[in-house]
Amino acid sequence: MSAAWVAVAAIGVTSMLLKGFGPAVLGGRPLPPRLAGVVALLAPTLLAALIVVAVLDDGGRIAVDARLAGLGAAAVALWLRAPALVVVLVAAGTTALLRLVIS
Amino acid sequence: MHPPDEDDAATVSSMRAGARRALPLAVAVGGFGVSFGVLAGTAGLSPAAAIAMSLTTFAGSAQFAAVSVLGDGGAMAGAVLAAVLLNARYLPIGASVAPAMTGSPLRRFLEAQLVVDESWAIGHLGEGRFDRGRILGAGLVLYAAWTLGTVAGALGGDRLGDPETLGLDAAFPALFLALLAGQITGRRALAAALLGAVIALVLIPVAPPGVPVIAAALGCLLGWRQRTPAATEEAR
Repeated sequence: MSAAWVAVAAIGVTSMLLKGFGPAVLGGRPLPPRLAGVVALLAPTLLAALIVVAVLDDGGRIAVDARLAGLGAAAVALWLRAPALVVVLVAAGTTALLRLVIS
Repeated sequence: MHPPDEDDAATVSSMRAGARRALPLAVAVGGFGVSFGVLAGTAGLSPAAAIAMSLTTFAGSAQFAAVSVLGDGGAMAGAVLAAVLLNARYLPIGASVAPAMTGSPLRRFLEAQLVVDESWAIGHLGEGRFDRGRILGAGLVLYAAWTLGTVAGALGGDRLGDPETLGLDAAFPALFLALLAGQITGRRALAAALLGAVIALVLIPVAPPGVPVIAAALGCLLGWRQRTPAATEEAR
């Protein structure tokens, strides 16, 4: 077995364990009340962090580039109550256009 | 209690709802699947290994990080560590969806493999409640797109070009923003979102990939006292 296959197997197993642990151990019943209070805020917290990393992280460096313009255009589309498909297309289109112009 | 067939019908209809919401992203996910397949090839993974990784790991950022460590000649342990850091957020994410996941522990473990950031966010009904059908429907669509994209990239090479030229990388934060907008239901949620954003921003330049997001998840500890607002008032 080559090193690459060992890495593939190790990453697959750890990833499956990380994803499956909560549902397998805590699944099918309500969370303890205190944990439920924490988890209720997990969605806004993590979504905000994922947005920041997806838009500003450029290989461990903060970069303001076409992605931020795409996010701004998405925010305007959201404010105009556009459906999610349109919001996503507007963001991708704005970012692509800006990259085309800049490069 | 519903009779079983009625429950199944409800699950199928919520799976359809989840799949429909995931479709706008399927193209972007497929495009990045292609570039993952191509990158894995240049990093020395055989097409079979790249496809096996997408089938078993199904986590874009962790897979990109792992193959770029391998491609740079890094140690295997480094590649595994990078993937574990980027996937660590699935521990709290898994705990958050746990009440919605029903069936035997094995079944819950297997169905949890369809949880990725996007299917998790699409399955969130608000206030920490999740819908299993939506998670599974969205997860299946994204799993198919990611795997088929990887197959195309690993076997066919880079005929699509760089997905970033098409701005596809901007599709993900846009979807997250659309989902976040519906979840800012009060001052506490807004504070948690701002705190999460600030923690991630501060840590990007100094922490390894994955750490900013998992550290930001600690922002939701603000919810620890949610059950006892009176006690919070008294403490001031």
